[in-house]
Amino acid sequence: MSFDSNNLSTLIRDSRVRNIGYQIIIILALILSVWWLIDNTTTNLGNRGKSLGFGFLTQTAGFEISHTLGTWLFDYKVGISTYTDIYFIGVTNTLLIAILGIFFASLIGFSIGIMRLSSNIVLRYFATAYVEVIRNIPLLLQLFFWYFAVLGLLPKARSKLDIFGGLGGLNITGLYTPAPVFEAGFGYVASSFFVAVAASIAIIQFSKYRRDQTGKGLNLGLFVPSLLICLPGIVFFLVGSPLDWSLPVFKDTGPIFKRGFQPDQGMVLVPEMLAVLLSLTLYTAGFIAEIVRAGILAVSKGQTEAAHSLGLGSGITLRLVVIPQAMRIIIPPLTSQYLNLTKNSSLAVAIAYPELVSIFAGTALNQVGKEIEMIFMVMTTYLGFSLITSLFMNWFNSRVKIVER
Amino acid sequence: MTQKFQQDVFVRTVEADTLPPPAKETGVMGWLWRNLFSSMMNYSSFGLSFKSLLMALFTALFFYIGFTQIVFLIDFIFVSAVWSDPTGIKREACWTVTQGGALPDGWHAACWPFIFAKLKFVIYGPYPIDELWRVNLTGIFGLVGLLWVLLSFLPYRKQVGIAMLTVYPVIAFMLLTGGAGKIDLLSSSSMILISLSLITIGRLSKRGFLGIILQEFANIIGFLGWALISYEVLMLLLSIDFGLEPVGTGDWGGLLITLVVAITGIVVSLPVGILLALGRRSDMPVARLLCTVFIEFWRGVPLISVLFMASVMIPLFLPEGVNFDKLVRALIGVMLFSAAYMAEVVRGGLQAMDKGQYEAAEAMGLTYWQSMRLIILPQALTHVIPGIVNTFIGLFKDTTLVSIIGLFDLLGAGKSAIADASWSSPVQAITIYLFVALIFFAFCFGMSRYSIYMENKLSKSRSH
Repeated sequence: MSFDSNNLSTLIRDSRVRNIGYQIIIILALILSVWWLIDNTTTNLGNRGKSLGFGFLTQTAGFEISHTLGTWLFDYKVGISTYTDIYFIGVTNTLLIAILGIFFASLIGFSIGIMRLSSNIVLRYFATAYVEVIRNIPLLLQLFFWYFAVLGLLPKARSKLDIFGGLGGLNITGLYTPAPVFEAGFGYVASSFFVAVAASIAIIQFSKYRRDQTGKGLNLGLFVPSLLICLPGIVFFLVGSPLDWSLPVFKDTGPIFKRGFQPDQGMVLVPEMLAVLLSLTLYTAGFIAEIVRAGILAVSKGQTEAAHSLGLGSGITLRLVVIPQAMRIIIPPLTSQYLNLTKNSSLAVAIAYPELVSIFAGTALNQVGKEIEMIFMVMTTYLGFSLITSLFMNWFNSRVKIVER
Repeated sequence: MTQKFQQDVFVRTVEADTLPPPAKETGVMGWLWRNLFSSMMNYSSFGLSFKSLLMALFTALFFYIGFTQIVFLIDFIFVSAVWSDPTGIKREACWTVTQGGALPDGWHAACWPFIFAKLKFVIYGPYPIDELWRVNLTGIFGLVGLLWVLLSFLPYRKQVGIAMLTVYPVIAFMLLTGGAGKIDLLSSSSMILISLSLITIGRLSKRGFLGIILQEFANIIGFLGWALISYEVLMLLLSIDFGLEPVGTGDWGGLLITLVVAITGIVVSLPVGILLALGRRSDMPVARLLCTVFIEFWRGVPLISVLFMASVMIPLFLPEGVNFDKLVRALIGVMLFSAAYMAEVVRGGLQAMDKGQYEAAEAMGLTYWQSMRLIILPQALTHVIPGIVNTFIGLFKDTTLVSIIGLFDLLGAGKSAIADASWSSPVQAITIYLFVALIFFAFCFGMSRYSIYMENKLSKSRSH
């Protein structure tokens, strides 16, 4: 008996056995709570006369969506397009904001970050004030500020503000620019561009290979840029300029309701998109600036001094010594800022820019009432974005990482 | 020869007077040179001249932008602003001549009487006006307690901190809602019996027969018992009717909701985040997997979708008859979201710890929880104070999103104040956004300064 109890007590005091026990308890608790949730949900759904299922995706949607890249790409028509189309329109518009935002935010963010380290007091203080103001005010407030307070001051729908020498215009209904109209034969131009890109990559790779083998690369000079411009250019004129521009048309005569910019003429960037893009770009740039500053400061001063003592100028030092090392520190937090920007684009729901959350989890959800399925789809999509971005950035990070001994 | 040479040589025996530094290195000129002109005065080559000119151009441009913005802001907020509306004409006080008011055309500045008129709404929302003293009292208690904990020269800081985390929420809850909740005496007395027996089991299992199996759980069981009993006592306390008028959360709004959401999120996210971070670094695969999935899921989706989920899906998840009000649902969403972010910050601190610390704690014979509580967490958390404060700032700013699911937080209240047509004017929107922005800026800037102060203090104490 004592032997048995001893044995039992050693068994119970064994941390491996205990760990297995704990984990079994955790799994049981998890299964129980998930079962409890599912049970509640099915009862509640039953009480409300609802059922689960993705059948709604083939139903046609009956609400208007403002003109954006998504509606143009998927040719959105009320009463004809389905909720699947709505989902893809949302994804497209989210991605559009994310890609444009990431590009401009990096541009502004890196500039401001470098300005914060400048010895020039004007640039330094400007950048500091920018960062402090932008980072301490909620993004949603900035979005409202741009949308209601700044873009609200634009000319009304029956008047305009000329830009690009009258080719485009700006008023409260949006920014109107000429739209490209591709005619037959433009496919040749596009494919010749891809051929040029492929050729450039091949030439650069060959030059690198030559340099690794013989120590001397090819003297490429301006060859690659000129190849990229000239080859599609020549094809463009050979097939007879298959590109036309549709200019925005502004009427200031005729019936009062028909005045202003005409629909379906030219390209329009809706003011919602301008506001989302402006606020997201400026907001994220403030955070990127801080990351860049911290990254550059983290490169030890000895590196700069060593480069200077080798006779490198300050520009070359920055480009070849400091930035490659700083990038190593900058990239992981930069990735999370890019992801934040993508996720924050969902704030556009507040001003009804038709992105994923706004039209799919907002308008469409109110129409169809499939909470679980639709929010599941939206969350999965964002998780997918996160996953893809972090995979890409991990790959990029492993490329710029210093190979240590 | 040598002799003669030595006689000819002049050997200085007294040190020469130090020359003054070049004029352009000292005083105002030197400062200007170092901070302004040194970057744009190099014309020794074509490239450098180009760079210097570009720099001069940028300096002028940014100086112009910054200067005009500052002048504009000062003019907008103070100089040209309308400060009072003595005749009570409301919106016409902020109208220009063409709009039908008295101000000169082209006038564009803040309309402060609008803010004064809406101040109660922006701070408290639709909270009953006779009961505002309760909100104020809660706020004053909170502020005094917070300052007491933060200012390092005051005595009894620890005790005040504990009181702020335990007693204060109860007082705040009673004051804000009015207390007098309903309670089922039968169920609560049975709960008290259960918790008393739990405490007894916890005591017994420290040794003896029960101790063989349950020794390691003795503290946890006892803790559960104490938690349950304090919960029941709390409920009993909250059911006492102090004669306060009940105010539902639907009548809360403005800065009040912003602070309630932010503070609840902050207070809950830290302990939950610590548990999640420990779980993610645990050596039990199941716990690790669960915590990782939980953290990465909430970090991968936008807060808006979390709030949407909280507001439409939580009612589906709960058993029939149980329903939370809108504020509680938003709070649940915010807590889940911020706990995941906090967990990643804490994990950073745990990973930065020297492995020797873990091993030393183990070698001392401390149990896992003892070593975490006494050795690891105190150090790890101090390391990541800046990160924790940054998460707090982010959370505070993110509370604005609850306005999208229909709660009138500071921003939401401001936005709905714009809808009041009796104050409608072209500067109405910009004035209220400016005001709300100033409040947010004050809170967030204050937090970030405090974090820098703490960081400096701690890095000093760490460096010796």
